[in-house]
Parts: sequence; structure tokens; C-alpha cells
Amino acid sequence: MTDADNIVAETAERIFADLADAQTINHDKNGSWKAPLWQALTDAGLPLSWVPEECDGSGTSMAEGFSVLSVAGRAGVAVPLAETMLAGWLLAQAQIKSPEGMMTVAPASPRDRLTLNADGTITGRARGVPFATDAKHIAVVASGTGGASIALVDASACRIEAGLGLADDPSDTVHFDAVKPVTLQSAPSGFDQNALLLMGALVRSQQIAGALETMLSIGVNYSGERVAFEKKISKFQAVQHNLAKLAGETSAALAAASSAADAFSGGAPLDDALFLEAAAAKIRCSEAAEKGAAIAHQVLGAIGFTQEHILHRYTLRALAWRDDFGSESYWAVELGKLVAARGADELWPLVASR
Amino acid sequence: MTAALRFDPIRLPPECEQLRKEVRAFLAEEIAAGTFDPHKPQREDSDNPEFSKRVGERGWLGMTWPKKYGGHERSFLERYVVTEEMRVANAPVRRFFVADRQSGPVLLKYAPEHIKMDILPRICRGEVCFSIGMSEPNSGSDLFAAKTKATKTDGGWLINGSKIWTTSAHMADYMIAIFRTSAPTKENRRHGLTQFLVNMKKPGITVNPIAQITGQYEFNEVVFTDHFVPDDHMLGEIDSAWKQATSELAYERSGPERFLETYYVLTELVRAVGPKPDTRSAEGIGRLVAQLHTMRRMSVSVAGMLQAGKEPVVEASIVKDIGTIWEQQLPHRVRELAAFVDDNASNHATLDEMLGFAIKTAPKLTIQGGTTEVLRGIIARGLGLR
Repeated sequence: MTDADNIVAETAERIFADLADAQTINHDKNGSWKAPLWQALTDAGLPLSWVPEECDGSGTSMAEGFSVLSVAGRAGVAVPLAETMLAGWLLAQAQIKSPEGMMTVAPASPRDRLTLNADGTITGRARGVPFATDAKHIAVVASGTGGASIALVDASACRIEAGLGLADDPSDTVHFDAVKPVTLQSAPSGFDQNALLLMGALVRSQQIAGALETMLSIGVNYSGERVAFEKKISKFQAVQHNLAKLAGETSAALAAASSAADAFSGGAPLDDALFLEAAAAKIRCSEAAEKGAAIAHQVLGAIGFTQEHILHRYTLRALAWRDDFGSESYWAVELGKLVAARGADELWPLVASR
Repeated sequence: MTAALRFDPIRLPPECEQLRKEVRAFLAEEIAAGTFDPHKPQREDSDNPEFSKRVGERGWLGMTWPKKYGGHERSFLERYVVTEEMRVANAPVRRFFVADRQSGPVLLKYAPEHIKMDILPRICRGEVCFSIGMSEPNSGSDLFAAKTKATKTDGGWLINGSKIWTTSAHMADYMIAIFRTSAPTKENRRHGLTQFLVNMKKPGITVNPIAQITGQYEFNEVVFTDHFVPDDHMLGEIDSAWKQATSELAYERSGPERFLETYYVLTELVRAVGPKPDTRSAEGIGRLVAQLHTMRRMSVSVAGMLQAGKEPVVEASIVKDIGTIWEQQLPHRVRELAAFVDDNASNHATLDEMLGFAIKTAPKLTIQGGTTEVLRGIIARGLGLR
């Protein structure tokens, strides 16, 4: 699926262009741009892209939804579009209808577990939950004696400790103190917290790849404008090679993220090969975020280090997204264990499986 | 927005899976028969004419070429599967690899019909070995500084000068080389070079092997003294080799051989750490596998775009740039991760031996077939910087 033949992605692009201009947002200190942008996204049905029509969503394909996330990543926008999409997707796994408004998901870190108590309430702590302070509802995976369940929880029923991530987007600690969910359903067989984290990792991979595309674009454009030592800095070989490396990192992120998105869009069961796709995407996109952000800042020099310039909107977000739904280190350990358990001679068949 | 980079999520079509099984079974038979040892990558340079012929018999040479030239009219993605399986097994592909990847396609495009009918079927049967005559003592990356001269004579050209770092020239039947037919012009310093097909078995050619730091002899110096090349061996337009040489690069630069050259050390590391790795080994292996998977997805994507008739020149250069750096760093990462591996691991000696060879091989990977610096120049041009 390419953006050109994807009307959903085009819609998202148009909305971000109209209502989320990076310069305007960057100068708006009171966040007055957020409400009109969210309204437009909602009117277009984008936050519930992955919710089937029978669960009150837009019923967009997985592939189209992923392309919306890549557009959102390119726009580097601080509204919980990805989080609401992910929450809607999670609820739909258990045929729970999605409510209106902003949502997020918990847990967002592999270190946390939420427990489903015998009385149907949920207990536990979820750290690093993106946009919990803005969300009306939280979609949750909780484990009880009967296995994993999926629940829709009213955010106001939780105790939320506000926090901020690297890019100053909400990254909160949510305490579930015997919270009674609005709706509770058993998760489908085989679905657990790990499945949510993998999907979250995939979502963040798309966004990171998108942010890298914008970093590359900003870096290339700036190098063609900035004059130093009496010529455009784009004419210096050292700068050219740095930007070529940034293009390489961007390419790696795009390839890993779009391959994993494509693999997940096919609806195949979660086997080792699909796990490789998602884990590799998060690992490689996170590595690319580190290398890419460093180069983009290097090319822009001091101006890129200011609040005033828009570059940080993409670099800091890409770096922050590395931590959500399992960092690259976490997934690398998981992937390494899987590879070791399969054995040396089963590594190549895994890599070459599709 | 700069020109968008494209890496479509290409999947290998179903017919590739059957083919992959056939290739694996064939390689297993060859290994069992003692043709080659997958644990001895240092022997990959050894010449094995009989193995080449058996690969040809299977229909795995000239896979994408027209049937009338002995080809099999299969897709680039099918060829991709054969290439990667051979590479991962450390099969002795030296004799046919260049002809199949590069020289054959050049002949298909530029050689006269009777030469195509003569040589291409022999490549497909695994009978001939090609080398590429590009670098000279004073022109490496700066290809268009080449000085070896082709002087017009009756019915052909007389070649004088020398090529260097010419891989496989000592065993090659033919070389596709660029020679100077005119001086460069003020407007175009790339003007004046012409591509020729050279029959290495004809007089006027001396091949002097050059030992490499790995202990292998792949390189050669090739000296031409009044070597005669007939008129019909000129490939393409006179003085215009630069147009031809640069248009084919996407095929040459994005294949699985651009990131799998040292892959064997990763397999052996996984074997050495065993089924229950500690956290450090697990993370290290996980990252390397994620990077490998990503490289392969990028490379398959370029192959798919080529198959679809697109020209992903920048994307192909990116694959070679980050692929060769990856395979260059791989043995060093594996060395670090192997530092705490139990000395009693059954493959410890094999891993050490492989690491020694891979670390010695590593420097060439970012030089051969277009240096990192040249590739980054191409990528920068694609980004609109130059």
C-alpha cells in the first residue's frame, strides 16, 4: 500500500497540513491547536481506524491504519491518535465497542502487570502510559486466574500520576486500585499482554520511521539554505556523507516498519516469523532514531538545539517513542532468547521465512 | 520534501519456497559429498568447475535470461533465493557468480547476436568464468581516470596497459573491461572510455596474482601488451562506457551478497552460546538478528522494485552502504559477544577460526564494488545535495 493510493492516509495528511502546522504549533504556548485538530481527526474517523463498524469504528484496513501512523509520525504531532487507534484495536479483539474521545492503553511497559481480581476489578500499576492524563478511557489487558482479559476502563476511576516524556508529551503512571471496568471480556485465545506490547511496538516503529523522514527532509533543506565558509553547507562532503547516513537510517526504519506492518496486516497467526518482524522493527527503528536524530541535530547546528526551531518536535519524539511498549533492549533480549532456543541452524530459516 | 525513499514491503512469491527447498537439498548433497565445507569460508575462493556445472544443470545460472540464450526466464526474486542460499552455505560460487550477476546481463544488452548465442549458453551451463576490468594502478574509485588504451587497428583494437585488483582474472575465460578510446572532453571528463569483451585465453595478456591479507589469491594484476580485440567485441557505444556502467549498478549493489559475506560468524555465535543465553548475549544476538532482518527486507524490496521495472538507484546504493558496513562490523560484534562464551563450547575452535578469517576479510567489504565514499556521493546526489 502506498500513500498515493491510500485515501485514508491522504485525509490524515491534509488534516495535519491544515491544522497542525509545525511552526504554528511550536509557537502556540497554550495548546489551543489541539482541540480543532482532534475534532477534525475524529470527524474523519481516524482515531477509530482499527475498530470495525460493528464496534462503532471506521472499519479501515490494518494497512491503511498503519499508513495513517506513518503520516502522524511525519507530522510529529502530540495528540493521542496512535494511542486511541491502539486502544480501539485492543477493545475490538474482544468485541468491545469503542467510546468517543481520546483513549490510551495499559500496560505500556513489559515490566508492569495488571491483575484481574476475582470480583472483576483490576489492580496494579502501569508506568509510562502515553497520554493517560488526556484520555477519557483506558483499554487494558489484565490477567486473572482464567487467563487474560480485555477491559474498557474510565480514566477517572484510576489514580493518575502525571509525568512527561522526553518530548514533553504526557507519559503517566496509572494506578488501578481495584478499579471496576466499564466493560470486561475474556481475551481471545492466545492473546495476552505480549500481543498488546508487540502491536504497540509496531505502532511506535511506524511513527519513528515517519519522524525520521521529516528529520531527513529538514536536514536536506537546511543544508541547501545555510551558507558557511562561503558556500552552502550541502556542498561539503562531510555534510553530504552525514545526510547520506541519515538517509540510510531512515531507509532501514522505513523498511523494517513497513515490512512488519505488512506482515501484521495479513492477519497471520503470531508465530516466530511474525514476532521477528515486530521485534526487529522496534529494535531497528529505535537504533535509527538514535543515529538519525544525532545527525539531524549535527547538520542544523545551534539553531536545531533551540525551542524555537521545529527540529526537536521530531527528534525528541522519535527518541521518546523508543521507550514505549518495550525498548529496543527489551525486544532484543526477547528476540535473542527466541533465536537461541531455536538453535543456530534454525536462524537462517527464520530470517528467510518470507 | 526531498525525493521520497521507497522500500515497498515485497514478499517472495510462493514459487520461491519450493525453489528454496530444492537449493537447500542440492547444497546439503554437495556438502555430504565433500564438495565444500560450509564451516570453511576461507576456501570460498577455491575454484570448483564441476560444482559450477552442476549448478548450471539445475537451471540456476542465467535464471532471468531469455530461453534462446540458455536462460530460464524466471524472476529476479527467484534468482535472489538461489543467491542467498548459496551465500549462507559458503558454497564455492566464485567461478560463476560474476558472470551470472553482471557480465551476462551486460552481454545481453550490448553484445552482437552471434556472441550472445556463443557465450550466454555457456554461462548458463556453468562453463565459463568472467572477471571485470575496471581499476587500474592509478584509477580505482575514480573510474573515469582509466588510461589503458584501445588503439584502432585493422578489424579491431590493440590493447596496451594494465588493470589491477581484478578478482578471478587468473581463472577467467573472459573479462569485460573498460579501455580508453578517446581523451576526455572539457565538458565531460567521463567521455572516452569504451566497454570491451576480452578473451583471456588469447595472446598479449599476462596475469600476475596478488596475495591478500586473508591469505587468499583472488586479486590479480592483468597486463595487456598489444592484445587484439576484434571489432565485434566492442560492447555498446564507443566512448560511452560511463552511461552503461552506471545504469546497471542497482543490480550489482543491492543483492544478498552485500550483507551476508560474514554471516557465518553469527550462526556460530548462536551455536556457541547455546539454548539459554545470558542477558548480554541475548541482547547482542537480538540486535544483530534485527539488523540482519532489516537489511534483508531492504534488499528484497529493491529486488522486487527491479522486477517491477523500477530503477531504485539510490535505494540500491543505500543497501550496499549500510549492508557492507554491517557485515564488516559483524565479526567484531560477534567477537565481543563471544568473549564470555564457555571455552568448552563444542564449536569454540570453529568460531575462533571463522572470526579470524572474517575479521581479516572485513576491510575489503566496504571497498569492493563501489566504496562507501562513492556510495554516499551517489546517495547525496539522489537527495539533491550535489
